[in-house]
Amino acid sequence: MATVSLEGVSKTYPNGVRAVSGLDLEIADGEFMVLVGPSGCGKTTALRMVAGLEEISEGTIRVGDRVVNELSPRERDVAMVFQNYALYPHMTVAENIGFALRLAKMPKGEVRSKVEEAAAILGLTEHLDRKPSQLSGGQRQRVAMGRAIVREPAVFLMDEPLSNLDAKLRVQMRTEIARIQRRVNVATIYVTHDQTEAMTMGDRVAVLSAGTLQQCDVPQSLYDRPANLFVAAFIGSPAMNLYEGILSDGADSVRLGEQCLSLPPGLTSLEAWRGSPVVVGVRPENLHDAAGQGEPAPGRALEGDVELVEALGSERLVHFRLEASRLHGVGVAGGAGSERDAADLGRGELGAAAASVGVARVEPTSSIRGGERARFAVDVERLHLFDPSSGQAIGRH
Amino acid sequence: MSGQAIAPAAASEAAPTGGGGGTARRARRSSRRAADRRLGYALVAPAVILLLAITGFPLVYNLWNSFHYVNLSYANVPQHFVGLSNYTRMFTSSSWLASLERTLAFTAVSAVFDTAVALGLALMLHRRFPGRGLLRAAILIPWAVPTVVSAMLWQTMFDPRAGFVDYFLGIVHPSWGSLTWAGASVLRSWVVVFIADAWKNVPFVAIILLAGLQVIPTEVYEAAKIDGATAWQSFRRMTLPLLKPAIMVALVFRTLQAFFVFDVIYIMTGGGPGTSTETLSFLNYQTFITNTDFGYGGAMSIVLIVMALVIAGVYVRVLRPEL
Amino acid sequence: MTGRLRMRVVVRETGFYLGVLVVIAIALFPFYWILRTSLESDGQVAAGVGGKNGLLPSHLTLSSYVNDFTQQHFLTPLVNSIVVALATTFVTIIVATLAGYALARLNIRGAGAILGFVLLAGFFPVLAMIGPLFLLLKDLGMLNSIYPLIVIYLVYTLPISTWLLRNFFAQIPRELEEAALVDGATRLQALVKVVAPVAVPGVFTAAILSFILAWNDFAFAVSFLETPSHFTAPLSIVTFGQSQFQVFYNRIDAAVVIISVPIAALVLILQRRIVSGLTAGSFR
Repeated sequence: MATVSLEGVSKTYPNGVRAVSGLDLEIADGEFMVLVGPSGCGKTTALRMVAGLEEISEGTIRVGDRVVNELSPRERDVAMVFQNYALYPHMTVAENIGFALRLAKMPKGEVRSKVEEAAAILGLTEHLDRKPSQLSGGQRQRVAMGRAIVREPAVFLMDEPLSNLDAKLRVQMRTEIARIQRRVNVATIYVTHDQTEAMTMGDRVAVLSAGTLQQCDVPQSLYDRPANLFVAAFIGSPAMNLYEGILSDGADSVRLGEQCLSLPPGLTSLEAWRGSPVVVGVRPENLHDAAGQGEPAPGRALEGDVELVEALGSERLVHFRLEASRLHGVGVAGGAGSERDAADLGRGELGAAAASVGVARVEPTSSIRGGERARFAVDVERLHLFDPSSGQAIGRH
Repeated sequence: MSGQAIAPAAASEAAPTGGGGGTARRARRSSRRAADRRLGYALVAPAVILLLAITGFPLVYNLWNSFHYVNLSYANVPQHFVGLSNYTRMFTSSSWLASLERTLAFTAVSAVFDTAVALGLALMLHRRFPGRGLLRAAILIPWAVPTVVSAMLWQTMFDPRAGFVDYFLGIVHPSWGSLTWAGASVLRSWVVVFIADAWKNVPFVAIILLAGLQVIPTEVYEAAKIDGATAWQSFRRMTLPLLKPAIMVALVFRTLQAFFVFDVIYIMTGGGPGTSTETLSFLNYQTFITNTDFGYGGAMSIVLIVMALVIAGVYVRVLRPEL
Repeated sequence: MTGRLRMRVVVRETGFYLGVLVVIAIALFPFYWILRTSLESDGQVAAGVGGKNGLLPSHLTLSSYVNDFTQQHFLTPLVNSIVVALATTFVTIIVATLAGYALARLNIRGAGAILGFVLLAGFFPVLAMIGPLFLLLKDLGMLNSIYPLIVIYLVYTLPISTWLLRNFFAQIPRELEEAALVDGATRLQALVKVVAPVAVPGVFTAAILSFILAWNDFAFAVSFLETPSHFTAPLSIVTFGQSQFQVFYNRIDAAVVIISVPIAALVLILQRRIVSGLTAGSFR
């Protein structure tokens, strides 16, 4: 067992592509750290550098107090679960799980008992003598896990281990992996592009974009206090609504088109943006059907033209349009929901994202219908403000 | 729980490397990468050296011989430099020019005919149907047996007394019941050679084309069907264009093979009647082994290699995108 | 309408299966015929009644086979061929496996050029090699020996085997090897314990191909081997039955059957593997 630390770790490929740059991360002993980001953000490269499968261009990686930069994978005491599992097709389940132990010259009886122990944890006991080709997708996934836990390594590395499973099995294995990780209590780095996996499994989550770390925090903080536009748009589903607005001279309200939202007291250091454009973020779940709750106070409501209502049973998603763009001539594009849009945000392409469309998540009893004008109550305490040029969150701490 | 058992040696080996050892670290890293590459070169070396020796030595030796008089039949005449005379002798030799003409004609006919037939076979093999395994085995056997077998087998077939060709022809017309083939006339000799050669070589060409067919996604055909294409249209508009790389490879492969034709000629006709079925390779054999004229033969070989290189160059260029 | 459509399908399917039958007949009937001829007696062949007797043989006799082994001493060339083909296959597999692995996996500079050269060597005209090799073997006193053929035949077997194994190794997921490295294997252990076992089918296909190609040679054998006891089997057959004025096809064909049977058996058992080995990765 050990901690893992990455200090200023970068990866530059011979063709000049910089996959990871200046990554600093500290994973405590027993901690479940999730690396999340859109495809191509460098998360898998970072993982492979920890594993020793990829050379480190700059920086230092430590496992425990050992610098492992120059060590081969076998010397690093890490175990890895691959995206396609990489089970050895010519070996039985038992042989797959015990392979590392046999390589380490562990006595046969001991290998056998360790393998059986791991198989029991994973519910693979009946399948020990089968070949991987005779197993279902979920069972293969368990064998891959078994191969990792039987080692009792210093670090677990998992590269999108659930992406090849169907949706139902994925949810089931999600909790199972988390359970097993708690049980063996080994520092774990888990790579995924799925924010639900990241939020539900990680003790902490590191959000990566274009090779750089955007924010690393516990899941709730990522949701409550996204450090920048990229994280704001990436975490949460449906994604946060982002609008371009103007901060009032008193820094106590923000104007969206012809509407105005008052800001809660306690926001700090907004002086630099007085009377200037800012990006306002409102999560769909912080917009409510105003009709249900009596007339909201002035400055705590938004009106919009409803385009479409999606009834999901437990809730309704109201897609609406604000006039926010009329004043500023901000281009209208799709909502900032998809991975691509999130990636664009990371690169500061604000114009496209600060569109006038939006989504509200309302009660299933709401009577809002498409084609009407609707009024939403806004939890202004949960508004997010961002600097439009840097994309950084402003007004908090 | 601890991973100590896995890598104790490594732990002691490289424990305290701080920020200071930058150059040493870089040196070790590059040496590891270099070691990897050295392993790579060490592993390919035997193959490259062996092939270089087996083909490079004859190439160089032939080149040297081609500018010299080297004839073992006249041992009293010493080897000496003769300049380009072996080449001028060859380019003015009517037998060499005639065999070049024959070889090219045989090559062209074989390459086109065999590839066309092979395409049909490949299409058959590509389809799933009961008995596909039998068909596959049936066409692999002619390819797998020695050329000697295909030559001897067809020689038996075409023999007026032992064979079945005349037996069947005799059913069609009584006067065709006892035709002689190999050696009887120039045309008949070529027919026999051509059939034996095609029978042996079409299967492999079909397998090359089958490989090409297998990488065409079936969705393409389904989309074409939905777009209203008939079977012929989808063959003409989808299969043929998508199969073009494979057809090119098959054509050039078969072209080279036919261009070097030797075994069937030697066994079935011995170059006859007269010299009418002598090909470039056969002439080269005679010059080396029968006449032991290694200077003149060397010149022939060099020209044969140059011609092969021209064709093989096309082959490699066709394959390049796949490398 | 539907009736006509069904008619058309029936006609097309019948045509297809007829075509398949014709192909199988063309491929296999000649083998039946030589088998039939090989079971005839010298007398029948001398009398020239062979083909005139119809498709079925009249009197079956093994005399041609007996003659081949007793009078023609066919066993020696057969053994020679087996020795050479096995030895060539053995060398090919070792050399081509190493090279194929390196070309597929070890990021060596110029891998493309090396592979190009290996393929090109496979197209070196055989008849352009025999002159210099004849002189070399003569100087070494190794003309009329089967042993140099073991090395020379590599020009047939190495290019295609290396190409095939390179493609095969390239298809094995890289993660498999990486998993072994992470599991604590050295590069060599990963190769021996994980990659090699997974590569067995590919190696096997390359071995069969090499054996067939080495077994099939005629050109080198006819150029370098001089006395019947040193012949390979294919060369030996050509000299059979050509005594006097009579060609004894029964004796030739008995030998043809003998050298075809092992190859045909191999192909029949392993046809699926051979075809998939030859087609895998060649256009990907």
